[in-house]
Amino acid sequence: MKRMNASCLTTLFALLITQTTFAQIGRPFIHDPSTVAECEGKYYTFGTGGGGLISNDGWTWYGGGVRPGGGAAPDVLKIGDRYLVVYGATGGSPNHKGAILTMWNKTLDPKSPDFKYSEPVVVATSDGYEENDAIDPGIMLDPTTGRLWMTYGTYFGYTRLIELDPKTGKLKAGNKPVDVAIVCEASTLVYRDGWYYLLATHGSCCDGANSTYNVVVGRSKKITGPYLDNVGRSMLQGGGKMVVATRGGLIGPGHFGHIVLENGVEKMSIHYEADLAQGGRSVLGILPVVWKDGWPIAGEKFKEGTYEIESVRRGYALELAVDFTRMAVGPRGFGQPNNDPIKPAPAQQLADVQKNWPTGPIHLRIGDYMSRPHQQWTITDAPDSTGYLGGPYYKIVLAGTDRALAATADAEVITVPAFTGAPEQLWRIDQLTDGTYRIMPKTVPNSGKKLALVSSGDSTPTLAEFDYNSDNSKWNFRNH
Amino acid sequence: MNRNRKPLLPILSFIVLSGLQLGGLTAFAQGPGPRIPLPPIPLKGDTTHTLSKHFTVASATQKAPDAEGFIQRWLVLEPVKKDIVRNNIFTDNYLRTTFSADNFSSDYTFVPKNGETVNVGNQALKWYALDSKAFNFNLYHFTYALNKPKYGILVWLVTVIDCPEEIQNVRMAAGCNSGSMWWLNGQEAMLLSGDRDMIADNVTSSRLTLKKGRNIVRGAVINGPGMANFCMRFLDEKGSPVKNLRIRIE
Repeated sequence: MKRMNASCLTTLFALLITQTTFAQIGRPFIHDPSTVAECEGKYYTFGTGGGGLISNDGWTWYGGGVRPGGGAAPDVLKIGDRYLVVYGATGGSPNHKGAILTMWNKTLDPKSPDFKYSEPVVVATSDGYEENDAIDPGIMLDPTTGRLWMTYGTYFGYTRLIELDPKTGKLKAGNKPVDVAIVCEASTLVYRDGWYYLLATHGSCCDGANSTYNVVVGRSKKITGPYLDNVGRSMLQGGGKMVVATRGGLIGPGHFGHIVLENGVEKMSIHYEADLAQGGRSVLGILPVVWKDGWPIAGEKFKEGTYEIESVRRGYALELAVDFTRMAVGPRGFGQPNNDPIKPAPAQQLADVQKNWPTGPIHLRIGDYMSRPHQQWTITDAPDSTGYLGGPYYKIVLAGTDRALAATADAEVITVPAFTGAPEQLWRIDQLTDGTYRIMPKTVPNSGKKLALVSSGDSTPTLAEFDYNSDNSKWNFRNH
Repeated sequence: MNRNRKPLLPILSFIVLSGLQLGGLTAFAQGPGPRIPLPPIPLKGDTTHTLSKHFTVASATQKAPDAEGFIQRWLVLEPVKKDIVRNNIFTDNYLRTTFSADNFSSDYTFVPKNGETVNVGNQALKWYALDSKAFNFNLYHFTYALNKPKYGILVWLVTVIDCPEEIQNVRMAAGCNSGSMWWLNGQEAMLLSGDRDMIADNVTSSRLTLKKGRNIVRGAVINGPGMANFCMRFLDEKGSPVKNLRIRIE
């Protein structure tokens, strides 16, 4: 009872001190979010207690999602032309008695005339005595078989696997639960390259900045397990390889959801138990999924800074197409005795070279990286409120200048003398599943095409369709 | 782990208050609709309080570890009731202080007898010699079987390990929910502090020596909310389970 009283007081206190903040739009406050789903050009996620968040672009989130039934920790999956929504009827009741229900909707948009949930059906229960809590469901449609699987459970005993009928959303006739993990919460399955991955949350939740939530993974060749971690430990023995843990002021990530945008571009939706920058409230998080040695790990939300932009194709760097300016040659005389004092040689400065550059648009090329001013790019969050799933658009300027990278109507890339905020000067940066990056303009003028910065040959940057299977389409950001 | 799971009451309070005061602009405040009552959920198994569901009474015959080296035979003392709200209170200092105070004997080589009663504070508690049917020893099952408190408990453990030869550079390895402390032959071996999950090999001791013959392991597991639980084994210097052991209770 003490815990309940403390929680109520905390809620009331939070409410009192955050009214102004809550009244603002674009704040992604949610707990136990479902996997982010796209519906008719918008993104949706649902949370504990009912309701959910909606985003037009995947970056700025608002309230407005509608999920009846209350309860906790839903998940959502598009199957055919319908959405299957699954949720726990309780919030993890103290007696561990619970039920998981599924329901369908043709759309997630509550303003659509087609928006109507079907009657929920029970697909799993926990009787209060068994070693399982029937909450925290996660669903996956096996791409190899078309079979629909659901895992569920909490810290109280086992995580269980059941099979659902993908046409009805009901428990498949005759199916019996299989234990696949222990002391996990918020589990879900992912299939990739012959492996089934069980992602689940360990640690403690619901204690704000003291929550120790973290997401771990094990894998198996069979959907029923055993799911082993990177040291061969079964998730039935508590095993699990870390996928994402606390990062800076973003504390206690949990409730992994897998989002495949296209080949090579994958994201995870999670919540953080506390975002210190937002008063310690629970918030939605979206991070890239990187696959390393057959294991998923959380990539990085791009960090603002000054970088070499390196083409993966050859390792050359994006640079202004200006005359190369030689630096003063240091003392020569290889093999000759030289007892002169050793003094550092100054690096070439922007002011040393900029005066010789054209003042109008300047073309780009890709060349040997020499750590010169025409090869350094400062990348910052653009003064623009729009974004994409997991990130804002960025402004890319030559370091120390306002000269900005811009897409052109003929699908080339240049620099313009000053950043204006035009959409062709805004850049989307996605970390790819191999850890490299894709760089895309928000728009290509007079074109509806979705193009990315690519390397044509070793030395020519241009815009073309993104191809994950080609290193021409990939870039790294080096911070020397 | 100590999980104040899914704080629905605060959230529902929040929804109501949001509706009254704020007009509701967060996910929590978007029309959750009525919460449906739970459907009838029939019991799926035997709910009687019996040890035999998850344990067998330890016999006089020595027992080997399981196939992965986990020690399944333990003398287990009935739980010492503790008032614990959250498991993240289990700091090193808290555990040392508590295990020292709520102790049945400061002689860490003392081996109790099955059925014997000892006093911890003003509680008279009985020892049970049991073999777990699983790799782990689930103390929630133990306390449920005895119809004793399941949450907010401290449980003392003892086992005796016969080693056919001296083995140097072994490590004791344990996982527990939530905090624990372990001794080998009267010496502290390791401390598992914090709000932990029952994870195999979650913590290992420094290098130890298992003597030829009788070795006495003492453990103490403490837990607030959640399922008290532990698993323990020894790992050799290559990290492989030590299986050439025999476990007895006296």
